[in-house]
Amino acid sequence: MAHAHDSSSERPAILDKVRPAELPRSPLILNNRGFHWITDKVCGIVEEETPLWWKIMFGVALFVASFTFIGLGYLVATGTGTWGLRSPVGWGWAIVNFVFWVGIGHAGTLISAILCLLRQKWRTSINRAAEAMTIFAVCCAGLFPLFHVGRVWFGWWLLPLPNQNGIWVQFRSPLEWDVFAVSTYFTVSTLFWYMGMIPDLGVIRDRATTWWRKAFYSLLAMGWRGGNRQWSNFEMAYLLLAGLSTPLVLSVHTIVSFDFAVSNVPGWHTTIFPPYFVAGAIFSGFAMVLTLMLPLRAIYRLHDVINQYHIDNMCKIILATGTMVGYAYATEFFIAAYSGNAFEKFAFVNRAFGQYAWAYWIMVSCNVITPQLFWFKKVRENHSLVWIICLFVNVGMWFERFVITVTSLANDYLPSSWGYYSPTIVDIFTFFGTFGFFSVLFLLFVRFLPLLPMAELKMVAPQADPHAH
Amino acid sequence: MNERNERIHGVACIFRKVPDVFHAAEKVRDAGWKNWDVHTPFPIHGMDQAMGLPRSPVPRLTLLGGVTGFITGCLLTWYMNSYDYPLIVGGKPYWSVIFPFPVIYECTILLAAFGTFFGQFIFNRLPRHNHPLFDLPNFARISDDTFMIVLEARDPQFHLDESRNFLQSLGGQEITVIRD
Repeated sequence: MAHAHDSSSERPAILDKVRPAELPRSPLILNNRGFHWITDKVCGIVEEETPLWWKIMFGVALFVASFTFIGLGYLVATGTGTWGLRSPVGWGWAIVNFVFWVGIGHAGTLISAILCLLRQKWRTSINRAAEAMTIFAVCCAGLFPLFHVGRVWFGWWLLPLPNQNGIWVQFRSPLEWDVFAVSTYFTVSTLFWYMGMIPDLGVIRDRATTWWRKAFYSLLAMGWRGGNRQWSNFEMAYLLLAGLSTPLVLSVHTIVSFDFAVSNVPGWHTTIFPPYFVAGAIFSGFAMVLTLMLPLRAIYRLHDVINQYHIDNMCKIILATGTMVGYAYATEFFIAAYSGNAFEKFAFVNRAFGQYAWAYWIMVSCNVITPQLFWFKKVRENHSLVWIICLFVNVGMWFERFVITVTSLANDYLPSSWGYYSPTIVDIFTFFGTFGFFSVLFLLFVRFLPLLPMAELKMVAPQADPHAH
Repeated sequence: MNERNERIHGVACIFRKVPDVFHAAEKVRDAGWKNWDVHTPFPIHGMDQAMGLPRSPVPRLTLLGGVTGFITGCLLTWYMNSYDYPLIVGGKPYWSVIFPFPVIYECTILLAAFGTFFGQFIFNRLPRHNHPLFDLPNFARISDDTFMIVLEARDPQFHLDESRNFLQSLGGQEITVIRD
């Protein structure tokens, strides 16, 4: 492969003199697996009999998901007062959980869109699952603001639709921008995910042996035939959707950070928020991708397509973005000190040493210190340890949002109105249940849709090179 | 089976290796064929040039969607917050492109994405579930690990026996006649 494109006429003369070392690229697919192996492996996951672990996990996931429905049902029947929100903390777990889940979603788009534009071929092994994660995470995220409006049956007032009051939505509000950003993000991610899946659904359709399977996958595959005239339009559309998703994903978390940054609350009103939120989102999202993919890799024996090179890359991205997040924490402190604004200074000293110091230091240790272990190759090669570190990152990023939201509100300008916020059991039920809700969706995806993008995996195999010797 | 009474869709042949199908495609292109296709389990790098295909027209619909989205976003925010129910906020202008820009931006991306997504279906003439190729007994192999060149009967150059021989000369195996 390394010599595939060498031709003596184009080779610059200098190369013969300096004789550069051959730098072998890590293979993306190990053990020289062929196209048929890839098809069998990925379709096999869908075609095999439902495994026992799946049934057990699905049952557990449904049980956990029921907590969300209990929590939300109680909330709708009683009112938002059942959440721990009261003056001065009017935004509690709901917004924390919303930002947490949206942030997790962002790694999926980063892998599928930005790494596609950057021609990072290693993305092919994980992009399908990461995109699915994006969509399901956004589903979980959307629940919180939707139910936070209180009377959820008026949720449609968020949309620019005529209503009996004769008034419209207010486009100067960052919360309204959020409605547009998150709904666009959900829609475009779903289109991107589905379109990328069409050729693979065609493969499952062609292999189907039972009529219901044939009917189901035929419907989804839209009559895909794999002609190069189709591939040509498909690839162009895929590239364009990647190009559209890239500014979209950056805008979504920027707008989410505007929910905070556009207000006047000390600790929120900072220009660093958009880039800092985006880095944090990618950080937490990659941790979630690894949390999901490491067990799946072990269960389905995907070691040849998700190999150490992929895991190394993801660990390094977590390391890089984790360090960026740490740098942002430091910058926030510096700017607060440098601003000369007493309220701003207090907000940050209060974060680190005030009543929520415990949360702040959980955040710092999980987000800044833990990922530094990824500097060591030994750590990156120990997959159990990688998985545990990723859990720490997930916890840390949840605490980051908690620290930002709650510390600033609990101790703002007027000491007489300061308070201490705690969630209620309804908050806890609702949030805990979203992990089940997410797992239900993800398990259904694993069982019924192609987990890895077969066509893209075949593309990066050495046999796919039309100029190979 | 009476061959003459059935309409023929085209002739197909199979290749097992990417370089083989790639070079065969170049020869079909050079022979001046118009209605033909190469069916592959994955997009082969450089196949568009090897087939002599023009650039995909999908970006036109992306642009159309994006422009429509931008205008829609502007009109939406202007009509709602400035024309139909003017909102006075901090003595600022009723409408400018700045304050609702996130909304306009998202509308632009949303409609551009719709243009791209539906553009792919429109230019690929999909969905279509009844194509003659689906009746091929070994079609499942084409989406798995083999490659197929199809010369269609509607091409002016098509002649059943000559086209068969042409495919044979390209090194194609399992030459099959596809019926409508």
